[in-house]
This record gives sequence, C-alpha cells and structure tokens, in this order.
Amino acid sequence: MKQITRRTILATAPAAIALTGLPVRAEKQYDPGVTDSEIKVGNTAPYSGPASNYSTIWKCEAAYFKMINAQGGINGRQINFISYDDAYSPPKTVEMTRKLVEQDQVFVIAGGAGTPTNTAIWKYMNQHEVPQLFVATGATKWDDPKGHPWTIGFQPNYQSEGRIYATYILQNKPDGKIGVLYQNDDFGKDYLKGVKDGLGAKAASMIKVEATYETTDPTVDSQVVNIKAAGCDVFINTAINKFAAQAIRKAAEIEWRPLHILSGIGNSLAGTLKPAGLEASKGLVTDFFLKDPTDPQWKDDAGYKWWLGFMNEWYPEGDKNDALNVFGPTAAATIAQVLKACGDELTRANVMKQAANLHELSLPMLLPGITISTGPTDFAPIKQVQLARFDGERWQLFGSVISSALPA
Amino acid sequence: MTMQEHEAVALDTAAVPSEAAIARPLGLWLDRRRLLIGAAVIAGLMAPLVVANFTIFQLTMVMIYGLAILGLNLLTGFNGQFSLGHSAFYGIGAYTAAILMSGSAELSYYWTLPCAGAVCFVVGILLGLPALRLQGLYLALATFALAVALPQLLKSHVLEGLTGGVQGIVIDKPDPPLGLPINADQWLYYFTLAVLLVMFAAAAGLVRSRTGRAIMAIRDHPIAASAMGINTARYKTLTFGVSALYTGVAGALGAIVVQFVAPDSFSFLLSVNFLVGLIVGGIGSIPGSLFGGVFVLFVPNIAEKVSTGLSGAVYGIILLLLIFLMPSGAAGFVRRTAAWLARLRHTSTRGGA
Amino acid sequence: MEQLLQQVVAGLATGAIYATMALAVVMVYQAIDHLNFAQGELATFSTFLAWQMIEWGWSYWAAFAMTVAISFVIGIAIDRVLFRPVRNAPILSQLVAFIALFSILNSSDGEIWNFTIKTFPTPFGTKPLFGSGLISTHQAGMVAVTLVMLALLYLFFRGSRLGLAMRAAAANPEAARLVGIRVGWMIALGWGLSTAIGAVAGMLIAPIVFLDPNMMLGVLLYGFAGAVLGGLSSPGGAVFGGFAVGIIENLAGTFIPFVGQELKLTVALIVIVAVLMVRPAGIFGQVAVSRV
Repeated sequence: MKQITRRTILATAPAAIALTGLPVRAEKQYDPGVTDSEIKVGNTAPYSGPASNYSTIWKCEAAYFKMINAQGGINGRQINFISYDDAYSPPKTVEMTRKLVEQDQVFVIAGGAGTPTNTAIWKYMNQHEVPQLFVATGATKWDDPKGHPWTIGFQPNYQSEGRIYATYILQNKPDGKIGVLYQNDDFGKDYLKGVKDGLGAKAASMIKVEATYETTDPTVDSQVVNIKAAGCDVFINTAINKFAAQAIRKAAEIEWRPLHILSGIGNSLAGTLKPAGLEASKGLVTDFFLKDPTDPQWKDDAGYKWWLGFMNEWYPEGDKNDALNVFGPTAAATIAQVLKACGDELTRANVMKQAANLHELSLPMLLPGITISTGPTDFAPIKQVQLARFDGERWQLFGSVISSALPA
Repeated sequence: MTMQEHEAVALDTAAVPSEAAIARPLGLWLDRRRLLIGAAVIAGLMAPLVVANFTIFQLTMVMIYGLAILGLNLLTGFNGQFSLGHSAFYGIGAYTAAILMSGSAELSYYWTLPCAGAVCFVVGILLGLPALRLQGLYLALATFALAVALPQLLKSHVLEGLTGGVQGIVIDKPDPPLGLPINADQWLYYFTLAVLLVMFAAAAGLVRSRTGRAIMAIRDHPIAASAMGINTARYKTLTFGVSALYTGVAGALGAIVVQFVAPDSFSFLLSVNFLVGLIVGGIGSIPGSLFGGVFVLFVPNIAEKVSTGLSGAVYGIILLLLIFLMPSGAAGFVRRTAAWLARLRHTSTRGGA
Repeated sequence: MEQLLQQVVAGLATGAIYATMALAVVMVYQAIDHLNFAQGELATFSTFLAWQMIEWGWSYWAAFAMTVAISFVIGIAIDRVLFRPVRNAPILSQLVAFIALFSILNSSDGEIWNFTIKTFPTPFGTKPLFGSGLISTHQAGMVAVTLVMLALLYLFFRGSRLGLAMRAAAANPEAARLVGIRVGWMIALGWGLSTAIGAVAGMLIAPIVFLDPNMMLGVLLYGFAGAVLGGLSSPGGAVFGGFAVGIIENLAGTFIPFVGQELKLTVALIVIVAVLMVRPAGIFGQVAVSRV
C-alpha cells in the first residue's frame, strides 16, 4: 500500500534532476527503520517452547551484530537487532512480526525460524512490501521471486538434499532396500519428498519403510527395529540430533550395518556422533555446507580461527560444540553484507535488489568451494553442499562440491 | 473430582449466580454492575479508533482467547468436567473455517462461524457421551487423548488433501463491507466484538436459567442432583457440546484473524494455556474468561521482556504470584474486594441492624 | 511372528521407561491426591544435577546417592514453600502451581545446561542382553530396578508405621489428624519420596534417550497414560500400565496398516480410553465408594 509521502517525492527527486542533466549528489534514501545512525533489523525466534533448543542461533546472531557495531557498524550506522520470542507458534509469529513492522518500525525482518511460522507471515510481508530476508528454514517454497518478491530463503533446501542422497544411493547401491526415518512435520516430509523425487521411478520399489517420529517420542528404537526387520540395507536418517543419535546407537546395538545416510540437520560430531558412539558412527555419510566446529580437521583453518575468536569474545556462553552457533554468524554476516551493499540508499526495494545480487560471497565458516549467490530469478542463496564420510574420528569430505539447485 | 474438591469449587463459585439471583430491588450493587459492563462495552467500541492497528490485532486475539476460555469455563467451571482437550475444539473450528474459506466452497468468512460451531457441537456431544463414565483425572486423560490426536490427524497423509498437511492453509483477510470507512483490522475487531457480546450474553443467560442451575447442581452435588430428578447424563453431554461450540467458534475467528492454520499450532500445550487462563481469570466467572484471555496473550510477552532466555521461568513465577495472591482467580479477587467494600459500607450505614 | 515378538520386546523396553515414570506419578498421587505435572521436569533437573556431579569427577554411585538425597529434600522444600500456601485453594488453582513449576524448571534447565544432548552413564552396561539384540543389559537393569522400587514401596506402605500414616493422611486427612498424624508433614514426605523416585527414573531413562531439557515431556505423558490405565490407586497397576502402553504403542505403529506410524500415539490413547470405558478406575484401580 504505497502512499505518496515526502519520502517518495524525495526519492524521485534525483531522477527528476538527473533528467535535466545537472550533476547531482546521491540523496540518502530511508525507509522506516533507518536513520543516519541506526538500522533496525527485526526477527522472531523460538526462545521458548518446543523448538527452544535452536534459540542459540539468534543469540549468536545478536552477538555478531554487537561485534559489527563495536567495529563501527555498517556504513557508520549501528544495527539495532530486535528479536522477539514466538515460541514456534504461528499466531505468535504473526503478532510479533506485526509488532516489529507496525510498532517498532523495523526496516527488515531477517532470519526468522521455521516453516509454519514464516508461512504465517509470508502474505503479510509481501503485501506490506517488507523484506523477509534469509529465512532460517530449508523449505523449497522460499525460492519464489515471482510470486513472493519480498521473501528470500537461505540454506540448501531439504528437498534438494533428499535428491542428493537419492543420487548417491543410485550410484552406490542401486539395488538397495531403503528405510527412511523422518520427523512428522514439514522439514521431515520435505526430505522424504526429495528422496522420492530423486529416486524417480524406482522410488516405489526401493523404499521399503517410511518411519516417522514426533518430538515428544522418547525414543525411535522401535522404528529402527522395524526398518531392520523389513530387510533394509540402506537407512536414510533425517532425524534431529537427539533421535539421530538414538538411531545410530540402536542400529549398532542390534548389529545392523546398512549404508547409513545422515541428514544435514543431525550430523554434528559432538552433538550427534559422540553421544551415539564414534565407533558406531563409522561409515556414516552426510552432506555439509558449513564447517563442523567440533571436527579437528579445521583446527588451523583461518575461518575456524576467526569463528573461535568471535565466540570467545562475543558469545562466550555459547556452546562451541553446537553447529547451530556456526549457522548463526553465517546468516548474520549475509544480512550485514546486504545492508552494507545498500550504501546510503536504504530503501526496502533496494534491500531486495541487493539480496538478489550476491555474487559468490565467501564467508569464514562455509566449506571451501561453497559460496553464496543470488539473482533476480534465483532466491536460493546457498545451493551447494559436499558429501562427507565418517571414519571413526572425523568427517572426511569427499567428492566435489555438489549443486543442490532444483532443476528448473 | 472427589467430594471435597467439588465443595471447594462450589464454595468459590457459588457467589456469582446467587448474588444476581437475589435481586435486590433497586440494589445499588446490581446497577453498579450493569454500569461497569456498559462502560466496558463503550470502551471496547472506542478502542480501535484510538490505538494502532497492531494493538487492535492484539485486542482481537484477546477477545478470541477469552471466548475460547469461556467455552472451557462452561464445561469445567460451571459443570465440573475437567477437560484438557479444548485445543482440539479450537483447532477443529479453525480448520473448519480455513477449509470452507479456501477450498472449493469459498464460503464467506461469517458463514464459517456457525459451521465451525455446529461441527464442534457435534464433536463435543460425541465426546461427552463416553465422558459420562469418567471422572477427574481419567476424564482428563480421555480429553488429553483428543488434544494429542488432532495435530496428528491433521498432518496424516490420510487427510492431507483436505487439511494441507504440515504446510497448513493460508487464508485471505476479509475486507470491511463496502462503504465503511475503517480498515480490515478494525472491521475484524468489531466483528469479533459483536460475536463476543452475543455469545457472552447467551452464556450469562444460560447460567442464570433453569438449565444453568441444573448444570451447576451437577457440578456441586451430582448425586443429589440426580436424586432431584435432573437428567445428569443429558445435561453433562449437552454442556460438552455447548462448550465445544464456544471454543470452536473462537477457533474459527482465530483462523480468520491470523490468516493461517497449521497442525502444530493446536497442540495440547494450547489446552494447558486455556486451562491456565481459565483459572487465572476465575473458574465459574464469565467476565473472568476475558481476563484469562488477556493473561494468555500478554503475560508471555511480559515474561519475555524481563528475560529472553528465562522467559519460561519468569512466566512461571508470575503465575505463582497470581495464584498466591488470587487463589480464586481474578474474578474471585474482585468479588472478595467488592464484598469487603460492601461490608464496610454496611457496617457504617447499618448501625443497629 | 518374529516381528511381533520383536516389537513386544521393544515395547517392553520402552515400556520400562514409562513404567518407572508412572510409578513416580502414582506415588505423588497417593500422597497428595492430585497429579504433579512438574514431575518430569523435576526428574530432568535431578538428572542434570547428577550429570553435573559426574562432570566434576564424582563416581557414578556417589552422584546417584547424592542426587536422590538432594531430590528428596527438594521435594519436601517445594511442598512446604510452594504448595502449603495454596493447599486450601480450589484444586484447579493448585494445578496452575504445578504448571508454573514446570515452566520454571524447564526454562532454567535450558539456560543453565543448554540444549546439546548429553550422555549419561549407566551402571548396567549396554551390551545386548544374553547376546540377543532385542534388549540391552541396561534396559533389563532398568526393569529390575523399577520392580525392586515397587516392591520396596509396597513393603513401606503396607508394613511400616510411617507408610500407614501416609496412606491415612492421603485418604482421610481430618480423621488422620484426629489420631495424631501430622498430615502436613506426611504430604511433604510424599512429595520428597516421589521426587526421589522421579530422580531415579530420570537417571535410568537418560542413558537411553540422552539428557536434554526436554527429555521428560513425552515420557511424562506416556507415564501418565500408563498410570491411568493401570489405575491411579495402584502402584503395581501403574507399572503394569507403563509396560502396556509401550507394547500397545509399538504394536499399533507396526501392525495397523496405513495409519499406524503417524498416529500411533493416538491409537495407543484410544485403546486406553476404550479400556477406561470398561473399567473407569483403571485396570487395577479400586473404584472409590463413598458414602452419600
């Protein structure tokens, strides 16, 4: 709902003057939430409720922005990162987002968590033309520049990861009998769909068991037993850390050694493999786009050293074993980059333009060879992953960086 | 509930209906109450014209939660049947509205309310029948089963075509009817307010009627009630239905205002929220339900302001303080204060009597 | 057939978890006549305490004993400080106090110990029992400990004066007072016992499900279901109910076609409700007959 305000007149002024041929200095252009000294970035996140274990991501992002502010801010402006708790509940997300946009008058909303929560505000953000930047979920729907030009995704989407697993299975075990363990919600079903799409015509014959679990389930032991009992020799384990670890351990307990593929959601060395047992985790295959901070192979890596310094100085209470604390600063850095690229033209339209204009942005904790790129028809910033195999001590990356872009 | 528990509930809630029933002719107290209600309604009408859109949205949600809690109140507060399942009725109402509005039916939003109410009424009756055999915590488990079942059913691939599965359903925001110079938020507020007033008035009427007295008698002394000829089974089942209807209508309104429904929004944690709102507002108090709605919406926000990481702990502490200070809820607190004030007035004017 | 056996055994294994929790639930119910929603969170908190002690270098059994002792004291303290003031409030208000306690504990656990899952050691080892691959030594140990606790409680309540006094205080507080029983302290004792049992339950469960702040939510719900199924007035019934819930859930998930997997909790609960239709006080519960 665009209104003719003084601002829009000022915005068109330079163009008008330019038409007259006179040289003109670039005017500062501000949309709500921006002043000469401040940019307000809004965010909703699950600090309480069923998804509260992810809350460290946004605490980490807040620490990152504090660091940026201490270093002089972005183009001289301090970032005011306002983050509210939505308890992973879509009605609450709507309420808090409206508060951010209408009451706190933030410039953009960035890095919101979860698919149902972001879906709830999807229409609102696009109707009010407020950027919904780099949503922290891997659902495929965010890559929709035509239908929702104000929303842009971030991480490799789950369906494409599923396809990559399917491709790997077709290459390495084309006669395999597959059992899939997935969480009974949007991301779990996305993984399953990706696997099925990737297997194509062979999906029906290869997938023997599709086992679900809820986060309130105490264990997934019975699901694992079922999958083994069905004679499966390939196990796609897309569960989150706790249940992935239980599944790995149970498989070892019942002496079942399938081709065991772990999803990107649950593959942390300290968060999943150590509790499950390093010996039991030998041979696991997974995909990464970020460096696992608990993996000793990055000990001397420059990017890791930067991250360690960042954590020690700005977020010392954060768990350095938690891969979520790698995701946080990576997302925050992307947001910061976009804001920086806007220069003094801090309008929401320009933010989306810059967000759709990232060229091979390289960040410290992205895997070597993986960069962030977007374009006017490409709203999937991170589209690459690399496979890795666990050798009992660390994740060994193998193969080359794979594109996770979905076919057009 | 055991006899002692019944007594405890009864002693606390007996006050409200009997005060109104013993209508003192030209009683100052009764008039004062009507005046307060009138003032509140006027304030409610003026509010959207002076506050920002976002606050209007919040106030609308408060009314919706208040209506949902009133539904629970009718069952638990007035009829003594413990329910942990009202998140299911809220969810069924919400999905009914969402499916009717977005599917091939493309129903207008106002028609979805009676539909949601009807569907929930039927479900409530169906649940009320087996509930007759269960008491207290056993009933709690049965209703809890319903609350747990609903998100799973909504997500299951059996119903996915209808419910949209885990992705949920997005709804368009209704526009104000042609010609009115208010925006969509304000319109939804007034719409909700109208529904609220009608349904609250109906509930008040129900409570004051013979049926209401029968319902409360069943709560206080079920054996005596049936000895007096009240058809316990019929009233209990009926109350289940009506209670579900109220919460279902609230759910439908909620879906329209939030414009989105997803299965995990309606988990049993929502039931716990309703229960907390009910108790904090005051069991057996109709206006207390609205206070419960205020609590459910605003207190988590307040808790978060105090501490983001420990918001749950702060919420718990606020809850404990409220229970210590107002063991019978806000309504009970207001009643006690009013009674205390009335006693003061009487001792000063009465003199010898 | 083999799959049936496998699922039954797996169900017994998970059922052991629920049974332990159900026992704690019924314990507190017997003492104070209502359900403690915060039981699971208290158990989680106790387990975190034990974990912290082990991290600081204590031996398993030292940490175990200390945790049980501390939990006992915490239980009594919570009763005296939190619940005595609201004892005369309507029952539903007391329910809110439980919910508040739940919220405080859950939030604090997350803040103090964060959400990364932690392993918790077991004194029973984790080899498959008798080499079978169906149930591990730890799970067998857990079942054994639960049954031992059950036996001890049975002896305590039936055979000791204190146990008798506690039962009297719960069944008829006024009459108990009249014969000189300090009802207030009996209730506090009941709290202490149930928190201690919860701590044991937590420490037994954590090795299987991993320790994190949300460890017990699902377990408590299943434990509650098991306790209700077995009958809230019967500790033995509660343990039976816990096992039954585990088995029912596993069988439902495996053998009911088409919907079994996604709806197995629902199905389990429906089965329980159906049982309650037939026996409204639970399978082993006693229907309370009260004089009118």
